[in-house]
Amino acid sequence: MLRFVLKRFAYMIITIFIVTTATFFMMHSIPGDPFASPKKLPAQTVKNINKKYGLDKPLSTQYALFMENLVLHGDLGESYQYPGLTVNSIIAQKAPISGELGGEALIIGFSLGIILGIIAAFKKNKWQDYTVMFIAILGIAIPSFVLAAILQYFFTVKFELFPTSGWGGLKFTVLPALSMALGTIAVYARFMRSNCIDVIGQDYVMTARAKGVSKVALVYKHVLRNAIMPSITMLGPQIAMIFTGTFVIEVIFSIPGIGRYFVSSISDKDYPVILGTTIFVAILYIISVFVVDVLYGFIDPRIRLSNNKK
Amino acid sequence: MAELSKGKFKIIGCENNNSDEIVRKNITYGEDAWRRLKENKVAMFSLVLLVIIAFMSIIAPYLRSFGVNGVNPLTTNISPNSTHWFGTDDLGRDVWVRTWAGTRTSIIIGVVGAMIELVVGALYGGISGYIGGVVDDILMRIVEILNSIPYLILVLIIIIVMQSNGIIPLIIGMTLTGWTGMARMVRGQVLSIKEQEYVMAAQALGANSPRIILKHLMPNVVGIMIVDVTLAVPSYIFAEAFLSYIGLGIKSPNISLGALCSNATPNMMFYPYQLFWPSLVISLIMLTFNLLGDGLSDALDPKQRQ
Repeated sequence: MLRFVLKRFAYMIITIFIVTTATFFMMHSIPGDPFASPKKLPAQTVKNINKKYGLDKPLSTQYALFMENLVLHGDLGESYQYPGLTVNSIIAQKAPISGELGGEALIIGFSLGIILGIIAAFKKNKWQDYTVMFIAILGIAIPSFVLAAILQYFFTVKFELFPTSGWGGLKFTVLPALSMALGTIAVYARFMRSNCIDVIGQDYVMTARAKGVSKVALVYKHVLRNAIMPSITMLGPQIAMIFTGTFVIEVIFSIPGIGRYFVSSISDKDYPVILGTTIFVAILYIISVFVVDVLYGFIDPRIRLSNNKK
Repeated sequence: MAELSKGKFKIIGCENNNSDEIVRKNITYGEDAWRRLKENKVAMFSLVLLVIIAFMSIIAPYLRSFGVNGVNPLTTNISPNSTHWFGTDDLGRDVWVRTWAGTRTSIIIGVVGAMIELVVGALYGGISGYIGGVVDDILMRIVEILNSIPYLILVLIIIIVMQSNGIIPLIIGMTLTGWTGMARMVRGQVLSIKEQEYVMAAQALGANSPRIILKHLMPNVVGIMIVDVTLAVPSYIFAEAFLSYIGLGIKSPNISLGALCSNATPNMMFYPYQLFWPSLVISLIMLTFNLLGDGLSDALDPKQRQ
């Protein structure tokens, strides 16, 4: 087990290193000068600015410096657009908002999706099943931004139940979280349904039933424990999507999260912010994939065994 | 012991009955799948609807003579009527023409993306699974690393680096990591089929690698590949719409369904039809591809249906 964790950990470090390096060089290969502005700056000013951000040094030195700062101090640099504002402080300020929103959406999506999937599986080909599958199909078909617009229209303009946009308190998170969650609900409901149906058809479930295991014990101990497993693997990327998934929703509901800041920093050509945010989100993503992999190894003995055999 | 003469061993009856004879016509894998797909009403309906949408995206813009970017200050924000079937937008451009032209861009992105995914993923996964051993290990590590890069971030970076607002950076960015799913799946399938008895039998009978790949591996993998492609197309269309919606994908003068939705959102309160048509088409495309994919997976893999 320890070997499995260590192996995964090593992959994680390699991946983070590659992603960071690739992002750094890609960002620095963008043609054009970040300080090229319509107002012509004096040559000395440009030189000073370049010196301040270390842009006068060769690329390899810049890279070494960047990595040194990142690894030793966890420092991602300073914004071009707002001098004095470090990328770290921006992330520290914006990320919790995105995290709260995305987390809420994920919890709603995961739990509702799983529950609906189970209902559909146990009531296969009855009206409950058809209703759930209809919701799932809607969730897959309707893009989140369209859903967001529809929700905004009905719940804020027609019925005035929730605020249209902005941030501050639970009330503001309801609509954005819902519009993000529907897709997740759909994915998990369908996935859970087919897994449940698979497990119900297994021989050991029939054996348990033949032994006279009560319906509740059968559902919890025999069916759910096995059926929920694959959904947990899917959770890894989903957790990381908390941050990327909120991009569009944050723009629509003007929520001051990291996604909206990222999008605006792209139009501002604020390269350190783009670079820093990208690396932050990528690292988060990679770590959550790692955590889920390890967790999965703990929950499902089959994975552990097949890895030990190798 | 009684004498057993040759005369006693005689077939009585059924001489002329050839029980091994194949009466019915042989049907191929494709025909079999098509027969099953035809029985699935939902999938067939989706297929028909999809063909209609694709057809409309080709011819519909030419049915009206407004031009995709034909601005007309006299006819801004007109509700749908007999001249402007879907109405006009805030610059007087015809929404009917723009919706179908945008559909064309979106479908192109979806199909091209899925094709790249298919070719790269199938080759990569096939090689990895068939050769196995160290090659497989190395190739799969690369996939794992690519897989842990959030694709959205990658697309955004590619768009920034390429500094273009056309479809090419979008497709490159999305397919750069998009093919890994296909590669993993094909590899898994090839790995399991490779160990099957009939492949071993073929090897024992002296079949060479190309023959085994073409006759035994391909037919067994092609089913899930088709299903995967059917589901990949809407995911690319969705990703494009998503990016264009936040203003990072397709930008004017190019249009796509996502860009249309993005333009229409500020006017949603007053002119909801401007948002309605493009979102309807996106939703229909997503819906039909997904339903068709479900139907295909039932039709192509009868084992799964039980």
